[in-house]
Amino acid sequence: MDTGQLLRAQGISKSFPGVQALSKVDFTLRRGEIHALMGENGAGKSTLIKALTGVYEKDAGMVWMNGREIHPKSPLQAQDMGISTVYQEVNLCPNLTVAENIFIGRYPRKRMLIDWETMNRRSQELLERLDLYIDVKQSLSSYSVAVQQMVAIARAVDISNGVLILDEPTSSLDTNEVKQLFAVMRKLRNEGLGIIFVTHFLDQVYEITDRITVLRNGKLVGEFETEQLPRTQLVSHMIGREWNPDDAAGSKQARKGENQPFVIAKGLAKRGSIEPIDLTIHRGEVLGLAGLLGSGRTEVAKLIFGIDKPDEGEFTIDNAMMSSMYPRKAIQQGFGFTPEDRKVAGIVGELSIRENIVLALQAREGLFKALSVRKQKEIADHYIQLLRIKTPSSEQKIENLSGGNQQKVILARWLATQPKLLILDEPTRGIDVGSKLEIRKLILELAGQGISVLFISAELEEMVQCCDRVVVLRDKNPIGELAGADMTEDRIMHMIAEGGLTHDQTGGIGA
Amino acid sequence: MKSLYGRISHNNIIIFATLLLLVLLYGAGSFQYTGFFSQQVFLNLFIDNAYLIIVATGMAFVIISGGIDLSVASIVALVSMVAGSLFQQGANAFVVILASLAIGVLFGLGHGYLIARFKLHPWIVTLAGMFLARGISYLISTESIVISNSFFNEVSQYKIRLFGDGFISISVVIALVVVVAAILGAKYTAFGRAIYALGGSEKSSMLMGLPVERTIVSVYALSGFMSALGGVVFTFYTLSGYSLHLLGMEMDAIAACVIGGILLTGGFGYLIGPMLGVICTGIIQTLIMFQGTLSSWWTKIAIGFLLFLFMAIQRLIVMQKDRGATKSARRKPAATLQNQPKSVNKIGNL
Ligand SMILES: Nc1ncnc2c1ncn2[C@@H]1O[C@H](COP(=O)(O)OP(=O)(O)OP(=O)(O)O)[C@@H](O)[C@H]1O
Ligand SMILES: [Mg+2]
Repeated sequence: MDTGQLLRAQGISKSFPGVQALSKVDFTLRRGEIHALMGENGAGKSTLIKALTGVYEKDAGMVWMNGREIHPKSPLQAQDMGISTVYQEVNLCPNLTVAENIFIGRYPRKRMLIDWETMNRRSQELLERLDLYIDVKQSLSSYSVAVQQMVAIARAVDISNGVLILDEPTSSLDTNEVKQLFAVMRKLRNEGLGIIFVTHFLDQVYEITDRITVLRNGKLVGEFETEQLPRTQLVSHMIGREWNPDDAAGSKQARKGENQPFVIAKGLAKRGSIEPIDLTIHRGEVLGLAGLLGSGRTEVAKLIFGIDKPDEGEFTIDNAMMSSMYPRKAIQQGFGFTPEDRKVAGIVGELSIRENIVLALQAREGLFKALSVRKQKEIADHYIQLLRIKTPSSEQKIENLSGGNQQKVILARWLATQPKLLILDEPTRGIDVGSKLEIRKLILELAGQGISVLFISAELEEMVQCCDRVVVLRDKNPIGELAGADMTEDRIMHMIAEGGLTHDQTGGIGA
Repeated sequence: MKSLYGRISHNNIIIFATLLLLVLLYGAGSFQYTGFFSQQVFLNLFIDNAYLIIVATGMAFVIISGGIDLSVASIVALVSMVAGSLFQQGANAFVVILASLAIGVLFGLGHGYLIARFKLHPWIVTLAGMFLARGISYLISTESIVISNSFFNEVSQYKIRLFGDGFISISVVIALVVVVAAILGAKYTAFGRAIYALGGSEKSSMLMGLPVERTIVSVYALSGFMSALGGVVFTFYTLSGYSLHLLGMEMDAIAACVIGGILLTGGFGYLIGPMLGVICTGIIQTLIMFQGTLSSWWTKIAIGFLLFLFMAIQRLIVMQKDRGATKSARRKPAATLQNQPKSVNKIGNL
C-alpha cells in the first residue's frame, strides 16, 4: 500500500477568549489509512478539524496536501481541495429533503436546471449502500437523529476525494449502522483515501483504525500505531496519568428504601410508539431499559415524563393516581429527564453554563422565587467540578463548549434539581472514557442516596454495571426482565435477538 | 398519478388554504354583488396589483432565506421620483428603466453586503435603507412629478385583449413572467436552493460548503431589483413620481407572503404564494369597494384578521411537524436481526 503523506499539518495553534484550544499541534494523514484522533472532552479534536477545513482561521501553523501548501478559508474551499467533513454538530438543513441535503451545492443538472429525478434516484442508491431504506423525498427533519447522521455521512462519503473527516459520526448510531459505516470506510481506505475518525468508543478505534493521534489539553501527545498501543496505555495518554479501569468503577452499594415502589405504570401504551407495558420503579433503584434503537426505550421515558400522552394505562406516583402527566408536573413531582437528542432538545446555546444548569431548578421553584446569582454560581461551580466540565468559567456560553462538555452541562441541570427520579436517556453518549466511568459512579452514588434512576443506554456493559434490574424491549414490546446474576451482557443480547429468531441458531448470538 | 389528496402535505397545505380562501372570497362577492363575477373584475385584480406581486415575490426570497427587506416600498417611491426627474430632463425611456433597476440592485447589494459581511441584523440594515431611499426621494423633490413620456404613456395605455372583451396590461404580463421565473428559479437553480438551505440553517449551509455570503448578498440584490422593477411597473400604472408613494407598502408585501404560506422563520414556502396573497387582499379590497358604505380601512382590518388566522395555521403546522419528527429508517429486517447481536457485543467493552 502506498504510505505517502496525504495531509500534513504542522504547528497548528488556535485560541479562543480564555482558552488555548490548540497549541503547536502536528498531524499527518497518510494515503489509505484510517487515523483515529483521540482525546478527552475539550482536548481540541473538533477544533483541529475545523482549523484544517477552514471553519476557523488558525492563529499559526501550516497545512500541506499532497505536498502542496493549502489555505482553505471555508469548508467550500476545503471541499474543492478534496477534503470532505462531517462535523460533530449536525450540519444539514432540516427543511430540505434528504436527497437535497446529499446533493446541495453539486446538483445533477439537465439543460442547466436541477434534475430532481436523477438526484432522488442517486440519493436512494447511495443510502441503500449504507443499508438505509428511506424516502429521500421527505424532509430531513422527519427522520431520527441516527438517520440524519447517516445522511450526513452519505453526503461526505460521496463528495470525498482524497480526505474524509468524520467527527464522532457514530455517537448516535445503532450497531448495525456502525457496521455499514465501517464497511464503507474500509472500502474507501482500500481505494486510497485517508480518513480521520473521531470517537470515544475504544472498541471502534481498535476495530477499524490503523493509527492513533492523541491530543491532551490542546497539545499533541503523540502518534501511535493502533496495533502497538494497548488500551490502558491509550487511555493513560489521553488523561495524562496512569489508568486503571478497576479503580474508577464504582460498585453497587446497599440501598436505602429498596422495595418501596415509587413509580408504578400499569399497561401504559401509546399507539404506534409502545405496546402496553408494566413498570415499577422502586426507591433507590436503577432500572435499565435495554433494546435496540427504535425498540421503544425512549418512548417509555417520554411517556413517564409526560412528553407524550399515553392512550391507555394507569400511572401512580407514591400510590397517588395521576390522571395525566406533562413535563411541568413531572418536574414538580421530582422527575428529571436528560433527553437522548441533546443537540436539539437540551441546550440553550446563547445562555451561559450557569444559566443552563439552573434552568430546571428555576422551573421547579417557579419564576418568582429567583435564585440569587451567587447561589447559582455556587451550584454551577459545584457541578463543573463534579463532572469535570472543561471551561474557563461558569459564565462561558454553552455553545462554545466542546460536544462532550455540553452533554455534561445537561446532566448537571437535572442533578441540580436533586430529583427523586432521574430519567437518563443515553447520558454518556459522546463523553470520554474517563468521564464515562465518573458518571457511572455518580449514578450508583445517587441510587445509594435513595434516588431512583431510569437508565437507557446502548452500551450493555454500562447497563449491567449500573442497573439493579433491566427490562428488555423489542419492536415496541416489553419482552422480559433480568435481575441479579442473570443480568449479563450475553443474556440481554440473547433476549434482544431472540424475540423474532427463536428457531435460528446462526444468528451470531453470544460471543 | 397521485390523487389531489395525496399531494397535500405539511409543506403545501397553506397554499391550498389560500386557494380555498380565494375561491370563498370570490364566491361570496359574486353571490352578494351583481357584476362582481365578471372577467374584468378578476383581471383588474392583477392590473391594479401587478407592482405588488413583483415586490412581494422579491420579498418572499428574502424571507425564505431567513431575512427581511423593509426598504421595498421606499425603493418603489425612489424609482418613481428618479424616473420623474430624469424625464423632466428629457431622458430616454430605456435609460430611465435601466437607471431605475440599477438603483434597486445597488441598494440591495449594499444591504446584502452589510448583513453578510458584518453580521448585522437585516431588520436594522433594511430599515436604514428604507429611510435612506425615502430621504433621497424627498431630496429630489417634495412635489409630485407628472410623467409624460410617450413610451411610458403607451405602455400604460396598452391593452392586451384576451378572449371575450377582457384585457390585461403589459405590467400584468411582466408580473406573471416574474412569478413563473421565480417559481422555476426557486426550484431548479442552485441559487434558489441555496436560499432555502440558508433559511433552514445558516451554520449548516456554511459547513456544507455553500457560498453563504454570496447568497445573502445576491438575495438582497434580487429583492432590490424586484422592488425597482415593481417601481417601474408602478410608474407605468400611475404615471407620476412622488416621494410619499406607497408609504407602508412593505407591510403589505410581507402580509402577502404570510398569507401565501411563506414562513417568516425562513426555509419554507412556495413562490406562487405571494401572488395568491396579493390577489386575496385585492379581493377583499374589491369586496369593500362593492359594498360601498364601509370605509376602506376595513380592508386593513380584514387583512389583519387574515394574518392572525394564517399565522395560527402556520404555527399549528410547525407544531405538528415537531411532534411527528421521529420517523426512523425502514430496514430490511432479515439483514438487521442477524447482524446486530455480534456487534452490540463489541461496543462498549473497555
Ligand atoms: N467557538 C468557541 N469559542 C470558545 N471556546 C471554544 C470554541 N470552540 C471550542 N472551544 C473550546 O476549545 C476547547 C477544545 O474544544 P473542542 O471542541 O475542540 O474539543 P473536542 O476535543 O472536540 O471535545 P469533545 O470530545 O467533547 O467533542 C474546549 O475547551 C472548548 O471549550
Ligand atoms: Mg468535539
